[in-house]
Amino acid sequence: MSMPTKDASASEELVFARPASMVDRATHYCPGCHHGIAHRLVAELLDELELVEKTIAVASIGCSVFLYNYIDADSVESPHGRAPAVATGVKRARPDKFVFTYQGDGDLASIGMAEIMHAANRGERISVVFVNNTVYGMTGGQMAPTTLLGQKTTTCPVGRCKDREGSPIRMAELIAQLGGTAFCARGSLDSVKDIRQAKKYMRQAFEVQTKGLGFGFVELLSGCPTNWRMTPVAANKRITDEMIPYFPLGVYRDVAADGTCGSTVAGGE
Amino acid sequence: MKRYIDVIMAGFGGQGVLLIGNLLAYAGMREKLNVTYIPVYGVEMRGGTANCTVVLSEEEIGSPIINAPKSLIIMNRPSLDKFQPKLADGGIQIINASLVDPELVEKGGRIRTVLVPANELADQVGNARAVNTVMLGAYVAATGMVKLETVEGCLSSVMPAKIVPLNIAALRAGAEHALKQLADAPVSVAMKNAAKKIAVKKPAAKKK
Amino acid sequence: MADKMEKLFVKGNEAIAMGALAAGCRCFFGYPITPQNDIPEFMSKHLVEAGGEFVQAESEVAAANMLLGAGACGVRAMTSSSSPGMSLKQEAISYMAGSEIPAVIVNMNRGGPGLGDIGPSQGDYFQSTRGGGHGDYRLLVLAPSSAQEAYDMTYDAFDLAFGSKNPVLILGDAIIGQMKEPIVPRAPKVVDPEEGGDWRLIGASKSGAGKREHRIIKSLFLMDGELAGQNMKLQAKYDAWKKLVDFETFEVKDADLVVVAYGSIGRIAKNAVRALRAKGKKVGLFRPKTLYPFPEKALEKLAKEGKRFLTIEHNLGQMVEDVRLSVRKYADSDLFCVYPGNMPSPDDFEAPILRALGRK
Repeated sequence: MSMPTKDASASEELVFARPASMVDRATHYCPGCHHGIAHRLVAELLDELELVEKTIAVASIGCSVFLYNYIDADSVESPHGRAPAVATGVKRARPDKFVFTYQGDGDLASIGMAEIMHAANRGERISVVFVNNTVYGMTGGQMAPTTLLGQKTTTCPVGRCKDREGSPIRMAELIAQLGGTAFCARGSLDSVKDIRQAKKYMRQAFEVQTKGLGFGFVELLSGCPTNWRMTPVAANKRITDEMIPYFPLGVYRDVAADGTCGSTVAGGE
Repeated sequence: MKRYIDVIMAGFGGQGVLLIGNLLAYAGMREKLNVTYIPVYGVEMRGGTANCTVVLSEEEIGSPIINAPKSLIIMNRPSLDKFQPKLADGGIQIINASLVDPELVEKGGRIRTVLVPANELADQVGNARAVNTVMLGAYVAATGMVKLETVEGCLSSVMPAKIVPLNIAALRAGAEHALKQLADAPVSVAMKNAAKKIAVKKPAAKKK
Repeated sequence: MADKMEKLFVKGNEAIAMGALAAGCRCFFGYPITPQNDIPEFMSKHLVEAGGEFVQAESEVAAANMLLGAGACGVRAMTSSSSPGMSLKQEAISYMAGSEIPAVIVNMNRGGPGLGDIGPSQGDYFQSTRGGGHGDYRLLVLAPSSAQEAYDMTYDAFDLAFGSKNPVLILGDAIIGQMKEPIVPRAPKVVDPEEGGDWRLIGASKSGAGKREHRIIKSLFLMDGELAGQNMKLQAKYDAWKKLVDFETFEVKDADLVVVAYGSIGRIAKNAVRALRAKGKKVGLFRPKTLYPFPEKALEKLAKEGKRFLTIEHNLGQMVEDVRLSVRKYADSDLFCVYPGNMPSPDDFEAPILRALGRK
């Protein structure tokens, strides 16, 4: 977390403050939504790595389309799923800039599957923050490619069925297999411990870009209490109890660590 | 009438049809004519047929694609089958007689034909691959649309310098053969003039 | 032909690629499709050798979105395709128009709908001139009829795109793309490195003299009245394009009948008109070079003079609607359609022109 700042007029010490790259504005996110945490982690890293003045952010379609209202960086809005292609264009045009996309599961793993796979495979020097909350949030909780088996949504009202809708897609595992991926990991935002670990992964995904090593990818397991019809506390528990067992946390590829490609850990049903 | 001619050149892929199409176009450019060149294109296939259309004109060129060409260079049998019927009345075709049976040539005087044993002539000049330039030499001589020297001067635009001399020889071998054949043939004075000097003028008006 | 400068003998596709290079294009995003492959092939070699970026994208969808990204950075960038691929690019084109991102897009029109064929066609006239994707927007549409025009229009297209912060479309067809003609190249442009400096994304400086607010390039406008304001702004831009209207006329002065045709069909029709003039027929040619903005005032003026019209196009009747709208107060337009797969030559047009001339 960033250094707390002093408020001269206050008698007590301020121990928690907004990162400089975070705009001072209330977000539109629902109570208990994890986008706020993910945004904050992005902003903290832009500050800590001193990247914000050279950052071009690519916003995607979904709840997080308003990323540019909260992160104080130059931003371009991408069509649905195309953020990795837009980011490719940005990076090729301005190779000296820090370029990241921020995408949800419908955007990245459904309509944007081709773009994410090929950007990773080309080893585009971009970083991708992938927020996986197992539903289409903005449109009202429809089934996503990462919706768990048995999970009820507005378009699989009796629960996702493998025979009918297929299995949830594990993106981190897929991305790790591609030749251009330099760092790929899955973290979670359900607990302080996991958030701290997730931030370390994000830092690595950012640094493989700044070091020119290749494509950086971090999946963040996140809660959507509104569309899950849960309290925020119950939503966090669902991540721990249901999502993590299916979407194991860990590093799936880290070219910097072992000098090779494909250091896969964990996995399995 | 302003100088104008169009030609379809056709053969197997690999016979160098597109190369002589380009070569003729370069020669037209050098003689200050308007030129267009358009190849057939499509599903890429080795060993298929290739053809291109070249138009040379003193006036601005409208269509680069010609339905009823005024002249043809025919390098193989399938090309003859396809294009001979489309040749305009009074048009002229240069046929590679090494590969096409002369019996298949349309008779009756609607069109004119120059038969060139191009493979044999290419062998004689020392490169069996120069069949295309032999054919173009014959074509240039038979139509007179551009000067043979101009074509020779443009060879280096379409091929490596080291094979230019050989192709000059091939062009000349083809041209000599065509001129001799036209001189020997029982054709009108007008046609002989056409062969020696300038463009095929208003071909529809000329008949044997 | 004036022959002072050194001429190059190139395909229309190559002329477009060369025009783009000379205009300072720095990024090209392509995907293979016939009949435009010479453009990405040329760029993959020559743009890269010139220090630019070439990406063969995973799809036309991705290529157009890469173009969006590069354009948002204020870099001269381009993509090219042919009809089926153009359908896929429409998503990003709509976003670019809505976000006011400059870009140059080339469509070498082939037959459709669906996979159609790979021959020349003008079947994408509506798609090109009505925007193409969703929403209320337009592209500046240029229609070359020769390799030289293909070069020149591409050379100018980048300035037009950056001048109006809008995608510019070059609409050719398989004839324009595949035909080789001599071209005279122009001097390479020196592009201002600060081009787009007041809007492009380059990273927001947070302190010092260059300190500024972060910039957002977007097409989402949810606040009350916000989208209306944006669309009115776009419309004002399109209205201002009217001064860019361009067209060629040939023998129209004393003509009773004016043939209206564009692109490859325009040049073929011109020869038909020339041939008929030689026979004493009072016919002329009007060839729009800008399809949007359409030269409606110029056509209306001709109509007011009492001329009649025949539209010839390589589709089943699209531009004729714009011709009729232009002349509607004084005249109508006949229509002659060239069908897909047919390669028209000037003589094919003489009979329909004479028929239209004879009609009262």
